[in-house]
Amino acid sequence: MSDVLNIVQVDPARDTGYEDAPPRMGFFTDTSLCIGCKACEVACKEWNSVPEDGLDFTGMSMDNTQGLSADTWRHVAFIEQREIATDAPGDFRWLMASDVCKHCTHAACLDVCPTGALFRTEFGTVVVQDDVCNGCGYCVPACPYGVVAIREEDGGAHKCTLCYDRLGVGQEPACAKSCPTNSIQFGPLDELRERAGERVEALHAAGVEDAQLYGHDPADGVGGDGAFFLLLDEPEVYGLPPDPVVTTRDLPAMWRHAAVAAGLLAVGVASTFAGRRR
Amino acid sequence: MNTSGVTKDGAVGDRPERDAHVSPGRRRRKRRDEPEFTSYYGRAILNEPTWAALDIAGYFFLGGLAGASSVLAAGAELTGRPALARGAKVGAAGAISLSLVALVHDLGRPSRFLNMLRVFKVTSPMSVGVWLLSAYAPAAGVAAACDVTGRARPLGRVATATAATLGPAVASYTAVLMCSTAVPAWHDGHREMPFVFVGSAAAAAAGLGLLVAPVDQAGPARRLALLGAAGELVASQLLERRLGMVAEPYRAGRSGRLMKVAKTLTVAGAVGGALAGRRSRPAAALAGAALLAASACTRFGIFEAGKASARDPKYTVIPQRQRRDARAA
Repeated sequence: MSDVLNIVQVDPARDTGYEDAPPRMGFFTDTSLCIGCKACEVACKEWNSVPEDGLDFTGMSMDNTQGLSADTWRHVAFIEQREIATDAPGDFRWLMASDVCKHCTHAACLDVCPTGALFRTEFGTVVVQDDVCNGCGYCVPACPYGVVAIREEDGGAHKCTLCYDRLGVGQEPACAKSCPTNSIQFGPLDELRERAGERVEALHAAGVEDAQLYGHDPADGVGGDGAFFLLLDEPEVYGLPPDPVVTTRDLPAMWRHAAVAAGLLAVGVASTFAGRRR
Repeated sequence: MNTSGVTKDGAVGDRPERDAHVSPGRRRRKRRDEPEFTSYYGRAILNEPTWAALDIAGYFFLGGLAGASSVLAAGAELTGRPALARGAKVGAAGAISLSLVALVHDLGRPSRFLNMLRVFKVTSPMSVGVWLLSAYAPAAGVAAACDVTGRARPLGRVATATAATLGPAVASYTAVLMCSTAVPAWHDGHREMPFVFVGSAAAAAAGLGLLVAPVDQAGPARRLALLGAAGELVASQLLERRLGMVAEPYRAGRSGRLMKVAKTLTVAGAVGGALAGRRSRPAAALAGAALLAASACTRFGIFEAGKASARDPKYTVIPQRQRRDARAA
């Protein structure tokens, strides 16, 4: 944790140009407290009027929602592990985790959006303006977490807004409000990071060695997530990428390579006219 | 036998142990010894691009063809090859017009196409591309129109020069557009992809030149075919080498088949054009058609390879784990 504190903190709202930005707000989802009740999924759908997106039976677990999408902004993953490293026969455990948009410090979706529909709010969160989005779909493959998606019915991109409307009037997001175990905690990101550090230490002291924070580190490939997690297994077990990187980190190098390639094309074509007449 | 029940007086009878029993499973090995990758029920981590192949891979092909053709047209005009110049100009204008239709058609909300012109963002290759096309497409159109009608020749010369200046950028920026995503088979090849794209664009423009120009004017097109094909093949090889296991989709499945066809047609078109194309017009036309088809296959192959790499979580998890473990070590 000491490494984390030494990194100079990036304040995305202030960097965007909000001069009197409120503290950066976010989620700390402590999956060790999640009971898989999916109240967050329901509360999110209700508050944000997110349409129904298929009543499927997957048969893979108690999870029939399957993943985040344009019409699912909170998704409770449900992992059944039958083989834990204990000697007791028949032992198994359930891992439950409520996934959500990470509201990255360096957000690829926002960077690549060609219309400016995706924007940074004063709370440091990332929101799609539905009336500006033209449905180009660039944000969809740009997201390293597979969060933002196109809604077929209206052709536009949709994702979690961290309840921008509720934040504006001092209310906490619907999912956090509805969470019965405080697995979803909402608050200023600094406070949440501190609290998460204490929680993971307490869990380690209690013998839960696999407890680890995910997305909390401002030094990671996306500059830290505005919504981060405490996990009890490796990230990929929950469907999260182990080491996500914002694609636009490499954009200067890409433009340089493209410029050299363009120059080569011009020189190459010119060279075919040199010398011979035919 | 369970004899328990609930009456008005409360619970009665024996209540045996209620613990659920499950069969003993395989003991889990220590996580760090597991080389295989895990995922959430095999589900993809990334969202697959929603772009339609015909629109977007089609645009990458047409945009490349147009951009490189504009350069070829300018060279042909300067060196007195009117048939090659006219064919390349008309081809560029037609290809870029079709591109614009495909790009608007692919939007989820086509009526809001103009929203892309409310901002300019260098962090968004699509935004850069829209502005680039806004300058290039009219120039390419005017260049072709002036050539075909024979009117306003000075304007035509300015338009030809403008299109030739912007053409290489039109041909190469699409590689950045594609690579600036989280899609492993695209992003991880971002250094080589622009060279694959301009090579493919050069081969396509050369193919068009072989189709439209008589043998005695098509010399530059024949040489460009060889140059473009060589560039594309070398860059592809380097790209696949860099990608490691993420290169699998470029060799296997539908995308792998497309790439194989593309390579075969590229070599056949370039070599055939250079050898037989200098004597026989039909042979040159055949080689030209092969080069155009090859370029299209390359773009569709790369497009499909990216989608396949986004669909399978192993291409996301394994390289990222390796990167993380290497950093930790």
